[in-house]
Amino acid sequence: MTILNSQHLRNYPVNPKKVYLYGTCLADTLFPDSGMDAITFLEQQGIEVIFPMGQTCCGQPAYNSGYQEEAKNVALAQIREFPLDIPIVIISGSCGGMMRHHYLDLLKGEPGITEFCDRIYEFTEFLVNALKIQLNDKGSPEKVALHTSCAARREMGVHITGQKLLAQLDNVELVVHKNESECCGFGGTFSVKHGDISGAMVNDKSDSLVEANVVRYISADNGCMLNINGALDYKKEHLRGEHIASYLLSRVNDSSGEG
Amino acid sequence: MTVHQVNPGESKYAESARNFRSNVKRDLANAELRGNFRGAMDYLMDKRKNAFPDSDELETLREQCKLIKQRCLAKLPHLLEQLEDNLTKNGIKVHWAETIDEANGIIAQLIKDRNGATVVKGKSMVSEETALNDYLEERDIECLEADMGEFIVQLAKEHPSHIIIPAIHKNKEQVADLFAEKIPGFERTNDVDKLINEGRRVLRDKFKNADVGITGVNFAVAETGTLCLVENEGNGQMCTAVPDLHIAITGIEKVVEYLDDVPPLLSLLTRSATGQAISTYFNMITKPRQQDEKDGPEEVHLVLLDNGRSQAFADEELRQTLQCIRCGACMNHCPVYTRIGGHAYGTVYPGPIGKIISPHMLGLEATKDLPTASSMCGACGEVCPVKIPIPKLLQRLRQESVKPKGDGAQVMKGQGSNRSTIEAMVWKVWSLMHSYSTIYRMSMWFGTRLRGLMPKKIGVWTSVRTAPKLAPKTLHERVSARNKQAAKKIRKQGNQHGSR
Repeated sequence: MTILNSQHLRNYPVNPKKVYLYGTCLADTLFPDSGMDAITFLEQQGIEVIFPMGQTCCGQPAYNSGYQEEAKNVALAQIREFPLDIPIVIISGSCGGMMRHHYLDLLKGEPGITEFCDRIYEFTEFLVNALKIQLNDKGSPEKVALHTSCAARREMGVHITGQKLLAQLDNVELVVHKNESECCGFGGTFSVKHGDISGAMVNDKSDSLVEANVVRYISADNGCMLNINGALDYKKEHLRGEHIASYLLSRVNDSSGEG
Repeated sequence: MTVHQVNPGESKYAESARNFRSNVKRDLANAELRGNFRGAMDYLMDKRKNAFPDSDELETLREQCKLIKQRCLAKLPHLLEQLEDNLTKNGIKVHWAETIDEANGIIAQLIKDRNGATVVKGKSMVSEETALNDYLEERDIECLEADMGEFIVQLAKEHPSHIIIPAIHKNKEQVADLFAEKIPGFERTNDVDKLINEGRRVLRDKFKNADVGITGVNFAVAETGTLCLVENEGNGQMCTAVPDLHIAITGIEKVVEYLDDVPPLLSLLTRSATGQAISTYFNMITKPRQQDEKDGPEEVHLVLLDNGRSQAFADEELRQTLQCIRCGACMNHCPVYTRIGGHAYGTVYPGPIGKIISPHMLGLEATKDLPTASSMCGACGEVCPVKIPIPKLLQRLRQESVKPKGDGAQVMKGQGSNRSTIEAMVWKVWSLMHSYSTIYRMSMWFGTRLRGLMPKKIGVWTSVRTAPKLAPKTLHERVSARNKQAAKKIRKQGNQHGSR
């Protein structure tokens, strides 16, 4: 599945007023700030955000491990929590790819599955293509790198929308790091089942980000950041990743943090 | 067709594939090897990129070639019969081999029938699959690899580490060391051109005296009975023109319906593989030497090998595995292959294509670690010229390898080989916990409260990373608190309105 540019392929909602937010399990327990910031940011755009309390996980860990039935039960439980016909904005390209594309296969034949999958929008593609957002950068000048998750790039085709958002920030310079499109080595259970290969990959990825000589790197996927930040911390590097929702929120509000 | 009784044994690759994990440890620790792969893969990715300046053309061509291969596979049994008929009419004899032992047996007998003692072999991954060299050597038949990369690998007593560039794991210094050790009279040099010339000099003599030429096949055209062979060194042409006996060996999935199917496939093959617009040589073999011709073999044979391919063919989804035209782009772009190299897989075909085809050849028991050794990054699927959904097939193989052994129809040999009762139980519990949000929220609440108890070391994760830190409060809690506050505000405003 190669999607070069999502915006040509999807029918984006026009002037959406109300959306669901899918927070993902990683944001829930490890990176809740990214979820809160996404909600605040969307609300600042005049959008009502509903966060269904029954949401848990998209089911990807079990699906990728080959446990179809176990993944299916979890997936069905998610679908029940999002009954209204409004966009579901998700703050991860990886979980987005699961819910937008792999649910079609996992839940083949379930009533309304196509319609559900059609409502899934990754955060950056939603901002660029549905909201047609124009950002007003209030932060001080700095250099950043962008790490796009593999699912965001290859399943969702939203690496472009991440770049577009950063390009709208006048004081931010995007530095392209070496082997930018290469995987960071996370891959969920892969990082545990084949820890040495995954470790070699994240070592290279974190080195390449450090070499880019930036103050921070931005990503729209908490999974990659869990992996890369862990490796950077292990190497005692100061560089850290920041979720794009948090970064955008801090840039468009006063840089002193009072927003 | 003569099928000879040979000892039916397991492929030698089954054992090396079982050692995947220790192979990985060994090769990850080899800095020179990793450097060789990184450099070569960066080079090849760049070459491919430059060969497709127009992404729309690339996408159109990929779609076209996918459809060609899918059409040909949809009528595979019919096309194979048609191929046999037309080859036979052309004077090329067709042999069918279900197993690698059968294929080797057929070839050995053909050589014996002509009292052959020396064989030159063009590059053929299918002959690697059958371990033909070992088989012939055991029967006192000398088999010399004539492709430069294969020649190097054979000298070093190794196996190809890449399906297109067999010796890619070696740098020029290592090749020079090898030549100095193995070729008498070789004057040591690191000059690549001189090294290649030295190899060619050795090979040239062998071509003149060889009794038999063995090659692979890239496309076997059913409508005309033509064997197409793609190569860059001319060794394929020498193998198919100089010796009196030419034996071609290939997998059953290489058949295409029309001659017209070949040009788009060839264009995608060479550009995806090495970034070449076309290979230096493209051989089309249709007949043995005719009466009025001065050269060419007197006899031409084709051995068609199954070796597990019909297992993949039988399942609609897994059948897509057979679309492969063996360009190697998936391995060139694979971050796992780039790190561990081709030998670590232990299989004939390494990299992403190796992970999806080897389980059919060797069974899931021997290859159970391969499908999980992927971060599912999708780089392979993105570049595959015939659009094989490699990550999807890996996911499917993971399903097959964790299925209970006796569960349903056995689609694959070795089904359930990677199933562990504990892991199955973990996913059951995980599924329950994430299907009932009350249980989930309670567990996460407790988890985050107990974050102080989180261990500092968590297995392999913390060998290169620090342990993840749980947040003090979950996103659920924080949103809930925020909603309550907002509701309170509204109530307050409501009360104020009410009291007015």
